[in-house]
Amino acid sequence: MERRLLMGNEAIALGAVRAGVACVTGYPGTPSTEILETVARQKDGRIYVEWSVNEKSALEVAAGAACAGARAMVTMKQVGLNVAADPLMSLNYVGVRGALVVVVADDPGPISSQTEQDTRHFGLFAKLAVFDPSTPEEAYLMVADAFACSEAQGRPVLLRPTTRVCHSYASVTLLDKLPRRAPAGFHKDGGRWVIFPRLSYQNHLKIESELRALRGTFSAYPHNLLTGRGRLGLAAGGVSYLYVREALADIETDCKLLKVSTVPFPEALGLSFLEGLDEVLVAEELDPVIEDALLHLCGRHGLRAAIRGKGTGDMPNAGENTVAGVRLAVRRFLGLPTPEDDGAEAAGEAPTPPVRPPVLCAGCPHRGAFFAVKEAVGRRKAVYSGDIGCYTLGNAPPLDMVDTCLCMGAGLTMAQGLGRVEPDTLHFAFIGDSTFFHTGLPGLVNAVYNGADVILCILDNGTTAMTGHQPHPGIGRTASGAAAPKVDIHALVSALGVSALTRVDAFDLAAAKRAVTEMLDTRGVRVLLFEGPCIAVDRGGTPCAVDGDVCTGCGRCLRQLGCPALAWAPEGRRAARIDPVLCTGCRLCAALCPVSAIGGGGRPC
Amino acid sequence: MLNLIITGVGGQGTVLLSRLIGQAALDKGFDIRGSETIGMAQRGGSVVSHVRIGADIHAPLIPPRGAGLIVAFEPGEAVRALPFLATDGAMVVFDRPVNAVTSTLGGGAYDAAAMLAYLRARVCRLTVVDGARAMAACGGAKAINVALLGVAAAGGLLPFDCAEAEQALRARIPARLLDMNLRALAFGAALAAEGNAR
Repeated sequence: MERRLLMGNEAIALGAVRAGVACVTGYPGTPSTEILETVARQKDGRIYVEWSVNEKSALEVAAGAACAGARAMVTMKQVGLNVAADPLMSLNYVGVRGALVVVVADDPGPISSQTEQDTRHFGLFAKLAVFDPSTPEEAYLMVADAFACSEAQGRPVLLRPTTRVCHSYASVTLLDKLPRRAPAGFHKDGGRWVIFPRLSYQNHLKIESELRALRGTFSAYPHNLLTGRGRLGLAAGGVSYLYVREALADIETDCKLLKVSTVPFPEALGLSFLEGLDEVLVAEELDPVIEDALLHLCGRHGLRAAIRGKGTGDMPNAGENTVAGVRLAVRRFLGLPTPEDDGAEAAGEAPTPPVRPPVLCAGCPHRGAFFAVKEAVGRRKAVYSGDIGCYTLGNAPPLDMVDTCLCMGAGLTMAQGLGRVEPDTLHFAFIGDSTFFHTGLPGLVNAVYNGADVILCILDNGTTAMTGHQPHPGIGRTASGAAAPKVDIHALVSALGVSALTRVDAFDLAAAKRAVTEMLDTRGVRVLLFEGPCIAVDRGGTPCAVDGDVCTGCGRCLRQLGCPALAWAPEGRRAARIDPVLCTGCRLCAALCPVSAIGGGGRPC
Repeated sequence: MLNLIITGVGGQGTVLLSRLIGQAALDKGFDIRGSETIGMAQRGGSVVSHVRIGADIHAPLIPPRGAGLIVAFEPGEAVRALPFLATDGAMVVFDRPVNAVTSTLGGGAYDAAAMLAYLRARVCRLTVVDGARAMAACGGAKAINVALLGVAAAGGLLPFDCAEAEQALRARIPARLLDMNLRALAFGAALAAEGNAR
């Protein structure tokens, strides 16, 4: 048996490989992305892996594989499940023949997400079983349990890790692969695979009775665990269970501890836990799922235990839990003294470190696109609708070029609605290449069909940058690294009948400004295709340098671009300085310097 | 048991350093747990890795005052991470500031000298690594993470020595980058030896 240092996402991937997964699909999204990448890296010739165009497509491809009897897995972040909700809700009624594990990574905090939605609630809503691991080791084992459960039920199953499982790591013991069965193949079976109202009614009855049975089965599931004794009880799930264990490590007070790792709630185990308890504190992130299940049990069985947690203000309703926060809550609950040193430095003593929000990288082509549009528009009234990706960071000063951001693909469609109410304003929408393929395309068809008055800026940097450079349909490479047909964005937009379509080099400020200006006084759907590679994929050329004798210290480059490579010279006369470590030589600053003080740079041909 | 925080600015190589330390500790038979900042913050934001080495560790995160060692790639980030440092904890800090765009827009560079002065006053077991010298010796900024690994391993701050760190490097770093990284490790080790001699 091999012990390996694995990130949670790697553990999930290897757990799926161990369980004999045959088809893995997904769309990148923090904190889920590395699961599919790890499966692809295994180069196991028997596993089909794809980055799908979006989560709905991914789930449907995996559903097809599962209906043909394979063990299939699909990966996404929590908001991705909103996109895939339609097929998932229906698929539960139809069922699968092999197994389908839907891995949905939640993001308490949120650290890299739009919402703090709780996929355990999605499981309750969709009437699906959910497995909720606390650690990478547990996630590694649970994947096989999830496949077995899905196969036994003939229904999809959710595996719901959170960021602190996905992006934590641990020494994991790898086990032998489980026996692999060849997929049984797709069998035409009357109306079995065709969702009709009558079938749905019958299956709804079945699903409810299966869920009732699972409440019992899961009471014996080894990852649902009851320990300890006493009249006080702690219940926890996910990473919060670990925080409770840390809090209890140096405490000798008697208490019961219930670990809950599944939806539906293990009711028999829950009743054993509640027996003889006066009070319970529940530690969990996002929604009070365990807390509500315990309240429900108390109500149904007339138990008197007081259930404390989010509903009573003992635990926070939003954000991620912390070791210190849970320790404080546990000690208070057990009536123990609380530690005084919370690590805060004495007030007024420590210097304040600089505020350091994420920014567009030095040399990012998006900065060129945003700046060109900003300069060309000048003082005219304009609304800039943004989208999901690195370019959301164009919102930050000094660019200040993202006025809206809602969800994948919403920029272009929101711009259309804004235009219906404010027709005298210029309506721009910015969308990245991967997001364009994901859900931007229907929005563009909508704009053309309904005669919207918008300027769409497609920011094509040749990768899915924010999530770590995954390929997409425009790149010519698959998730496995094989050559693939390239979907040509320019030809695609042109084929929709958009005649006002211009291809622009994002690093050529003068030409880009001209192209934008030409679009301003025409009407209808206009598309600017800004091209420039992501600097993380193509590091660029030699760095630029400021000639300190020529620079007048006007600060135009610093104030207008917000490039992290630009700063004031630390000493001497007031002048700009370029950090040669960060600068990629994009020359955007050189293009706007009024006295031509910036030289060097340039990208290799 | 060792709790260790690695902090810096997205893009500086903190994640690789935490994985190298984890690998070297695992190779020595220790249990490891830890957590990374991955995602949007990697675009030039503050990033923090937690590494916990030893048995019976539950959480992947270190509580305030829980870290025996902080390795900071940047003076301002070192100060930001200070609440995690145990009262008798050690710190290794790379002294080259990474400019923050917010400071530039506010009209100047942030005061990195004040950060270092505060660290010197607050942290007894402090090693300040001269950035200009390190970058000259390591051929740029790319292998700074490994130079800091050398400082910590040779300084006896980690549960493995430099030779064991080198094994982890050889296992994880692609061949074409290995020479540069071995030079950086040796530079870090030499720096730690200087510190011990003083």
